[in-house]
Amino acid sequence: MTELFAILIATVLVNNFVLVQFLGLCPFMGVSTKLESAIGMSAATTFVLTLASVCSYLVNSLILQPFGLEFLTTISFILVIAAVVSFSKMFIEKTSPILYRVLGIYIPLITTNCAVLGVALQNVTKSHNFFQSALYGFGAALGFSLVLVLFAAMRERITVADTPTPFRGAAIGMITAGLMSLAFMGFGGLVPT
Amino acid sequence: MTEFFLEHIVFIAVLTLTGLAILFGAILGAASVKFKVEGDPLVEQIDTLLPQTQCGQCGYPGCKPYATAIAEGKANINRCPPGGHSTIQSLADLLGVEAIPLDAEHGVEAEVKTVAYIHEDLCIGCTKCIQACPVDAILGAAKQMHTVIVSECTGCDLCVEPCPVDCIDMLPVEQTLSDWAWKLPPSTREVLGNMQAQDFIGSDRDHPS
Repeated sequence: MTELFAILIATVLVNNFVLVQFLGLCPFMGVSTKLESAIGMSAATTFVLTLASVCSYLVNSLILQPFGLEFLTTISFILVIAAVVSFSKMFIEKTSPILYRVLGIYIPLITTNCAVLGVALQNVTKSHNFFQSALYGFGAALGFSLVLVLFAAMRERITVADTPTPFRGAAIGMITAGLMSLAFMGFGGLVPT
Repeated sequence: MTEFFLEHIVFIAVLTLTGLAILFGAILGAASVKFKVEGDPLVEQIDTLLPQTQCGQCGYPGCKPYATAIAEGKANINRCPPGGHSTIQSLADLLGVEAIPLDAEHGVEAEVKTVAYIHEDLCIGCTKCIQACPVDAILGAAKQMHTVIVSECTGCDLCVEPCPVDCIDMLPVEQTLSDWAWKLPPSTREVLGNMQAQDFIGSDRDHPS
């Protein structure tokens, strides 16, 4: 139990996928201008990331490893992720049309969110079991959601703040992201890895 | 033959990937049938926000086609003069986009609610206004005097144009005790939308001391 809790803390805070491992920066910068869409994107990514993590674990342990095809992990995980994203798109379109309207163009982008592939590949290298994989994916998504929502809230304030002209827009966003990253580096060593 | 395939890892790899692709394709195909969206629920939600005048001033034949066009992203949300600013605001809230001012190309928002009034002594009974009315609020028959059912009229102006003797006027609805209401306060988003960054934070550069 302690070990599972350690995995969760480690992925959410210590090895945060966005701010410490620098994966998934595209949605982090792209979808963080409005808090509303950031929350939606977080929800969609959490759903996809957990599902993709589990599915890629199953594909790896049930198909790739028995046949000795470990060299196919990357390409088959991309296949898994694409399928999971398409499935989520249909699921969200059916269950929540408003969320679909807000996220319509972002859902396919989750396919290219490298954090999703990163989680799947790290599950293999860290040789996680089924439950650990699910938790690792969920923790990574929680960490992604946490920083995305925090960052979107900050950017909403920054857009109305009196920023010097050369720093307006993406520039101050990058600086803010860097400062957030520095802050998250402070969690290093919280959980022994 | 089988041994030849099993000896070469390349064939196993190709077979595995093909098998995976076919498996996922089958799952997605099943899901697309199961999660098929009948109609667009969003169209219904937009349609309920529109004023249902069916006036066609937006350039679409009615409120439902306009709602469909908005849902498909083919039309802006600012083409409904009868709904005016409040409709644009509620559409913007529903769709999660910025509220934009009314498009003057499609007409201006009426200051006060109006209804059509037919000067009955001038009416020649041509039925042209009856055909123009989108909500069947005009009562009458050929060569008979027409009149407007005030409670049904949406004030869309469409009957004024076809009248050959110009006997239809748009009269403002008098406010009575039963339909008077407080004006709604402006929403936070409206207030924020009109402000600039300087309104929030004082700047040294703008006011050198």
